[in-house]
Amino acid sequence: MSQLEIRNLHVSIEGKEILKGLDLTVEQGKIHAIMGPNGTGKSTLAYTLMGHPSYTVTEGEVIFKGQNVLELEPDERSRLGIFLAFQYPVAIPGVTVANFLRTAINARRRADNPEDKGIPIPEFRKMLKEKMTLLKMDQNFAGRYLNDGFSGGEKKRAEILQLATLKPEIAILDETDSGLDIDALRIVADGVNALMSQGQDMGVLVITHYQRLLNYIKPDYVHVMLDGRIVESGDADLALHLEEKGYEWIREKYEEEPEAAA
Amino acid sequence: MQEKPKVVVSRTRRPVTAAKEFNFTEADIRAGQDSLASYRTSAWLAFKRLSLPDTSLEAWRRTDIHNLPVDKFKFAADGAYNDLPPVREDLLKPLVADQHGGQIVLVPGGATVELDEKLANKGVIFTDLRTAEQQYPDVLARMIGKTVNVEEGKFSALAGAFAQNGVVLYVPKGVIVEEPLHSVLWGPGTDIAHVSHILVLVDEGASVTYVHEAASPDLKGASSMHAGIVEIQVMQGASMRFVELQSWGRHVWNFSHERARVERGGNLDWIFGAIGSRLTKNFSELDLAGEGAQGRMSGFYFTDGDQHLDHDTQQNHLAPHTTSDLLFKGALKGRSRSVWQGMIYVAPGAQKTDGYQANRNLVLSEGARADSIPGLEILADDVRCTHGATVGKLEQEPLFYLKSRGIPQAEAEKLVVEGFFDPIFQRIPFEGVRERFQEYIAGKMS
Repeated sequence: MSQLEIRNLHVSIEGKEILKGLDLTVEQGKIHAIMGPNGTGKSTLAYTLMGHPSYTVTEGEVIFKGQNVLELEPDERSRLGIFLAFQYPVAIPGVTVANFLRTAINARRRADNPEDKGIPIPEFRKMLKEKMTLLKMDQNFAGRYLNDGFSGGEKKRAEILQLATLKPEIAILDETDSGLDIDALRIVADGVNALMSQGQDMGVLVITHYQRLLNYIKPDYVHVMLDGRIVESGDADLALHLEEKGYEWIREKYEEEPEAAA
Repeated sequence: MQEKPKVVVSRTRRPVTAAKEFNFTEADIRAGQDSLASYRTSAWLAFKRLSLPDTSLEAWRRTDIHNLPVDKFKFAADGAYNDLPPVREDLLKPLVADQHGGQIVLVPGGATVELDEKLANKGVIFTDLRTAEQQYPDVLARMIGKTVNVEEGKFSALAGAFAQNGVVLYVPKGVIVEEPLHSVLWGPGTDIAHVSHILVLVDEGASVTYVHEAASPDLKGASSMHAGIVEIQVMQGASMRFVELQSWGRHVWNFSHERARVERGGNLDWIFGAIGSRLTKNFSELDLAGEGAQGRMSGFYFTDGDQHLDHDTQQNHLAPHTTSDLLFKGALKGRSRSVWQGMIYVAPGAQKTDGYQANRNLVLSEGARADSIPGLEILADDVRCTHGATVGKLEQEPLFYLKSRGIPQAEAEKLVVEGFFDPIFQRIPFEGVRERFQEYIAGKMS
């Protein structure tokens, strides 16, 4: 059973430190939720785990399958089994969903075997059709240009379709801002639930600002992030508590501490 | 330690010096009957009178040819191809169907011609220029000098006077040519002036698909040149699909003047693909001369290294209810440079015309540069003309997105570039040509 271990992670953007020593372990098969007020570094964590070049890791390590993920290129991380469902997926004009997915699948096959000729087209079509049926997606979606002119909901569907076809062991769902778009949330939640109930064995790290998403995805663990660190961890009840009380009590509890110590 | 004095050279525009001149003489002009002879004489006179273009001319402002070694070039002798590398096999494969209706291969000092007997029996002429001069002088007289004016510039005059070989395609009234016709201009050798003249007349109600490809080996440290004229007439109610590809070697200086005239109700679908040459300056003009004439121009180019490709296009709406639609897309690598300069002209009285032009560029390297200059000149008041020009770079975010799905950097870049060109692919009705362009992309990005 693989697990993603984040140890003492410090990350800066343009010289400003955002993550200040974050520790977290996500096991395959478990759902972790990270919550927290805006601006505490939740998206930074997601992008850093995937290797976005704008984020500089100054300290710490991320271990997955015995490798320090931080030393790998984003494509290597992906092929190792890490997936990031983007909050704002990027449009790739002129590249169809099907062509893109086939390229991604073939990149994996070639990494395993440089002689590989790529997935046979009929096999690919069959697989794609099955996944799209499972996710209740219109078949003509595969022929559209990736994320180009997609509605918010369509973008979410495309992300989940990728999650279904690439079958990662760790999925990071960056839903930081999408708490207000209930339809988009349901697409993500229903997709993840469908995949997990079909036996896709993943560890999931859901990043959200709003408790509402967790009405649809039931987390095994809930973590609260504040100022670049995880300050509270608990089970699903912690999320309900946050829904009821807001983040104020967390702030009061942890932001006053340094003064109390002084 | 002695320090060298610092010399600062400030350079403004280079002085106009026309010191060098081609070695060609009147004796190099091949003899011809009446109208051909007078055409070549007038081209020769223009050639003598006109100087080499320099950057003080607007059309040549961004394309500097002062390094063109004009005095080096000579014409290939008859049979010269015997001592030169033969045409690459892959160039002879049909691009737009399973089978050709005819194929012409032009080589230095020679040509081979094949034409399906069925087409010949219908009166279709598809032959090389020298054969046409001998056998079809009257047909040639209807075609030569009818769209491109030799006075347009030094290189049109050169090509008009000295054409070494070429293609003559005539499709008689009402004849529908189903199988595509194909010609290859193969230009091996160094210090050679390849000079070609392509002539097409698709008569009333006729239709044809024609693919012409110019190519050569890639020769380092050498130079050759090509000067060409392409003259096309699509007569009333006729239609033509013309695919024009160039993959000249990196040592070739390539100049061409091309003009197609489309008469009433005629239709021309004109596709360009350019990846070769050291430097290209290409004038491609579409004259929509008769009411309801339509023309579409789709261009693909990809430059790398030190290449310089300059495409000058003109869409002339000379009659009412004419439609033109131009899309040129190019990608650039290395320290290469592209220029696209386009003009839509609408003549007085050419009402209800619809003109569109767009040029999109994707710059893949810091050192590459694309210039895009659209233009409109509208002298009628009831028209619809739109244009757009963009120069973009390969952006970080799409690449990161693709890489996050396991696609390595180089493949991610290729995918984005293919996507960029997709709108051009969508306009090309021939799978073989699309595949060729995909091979071009793969070759340039490897």
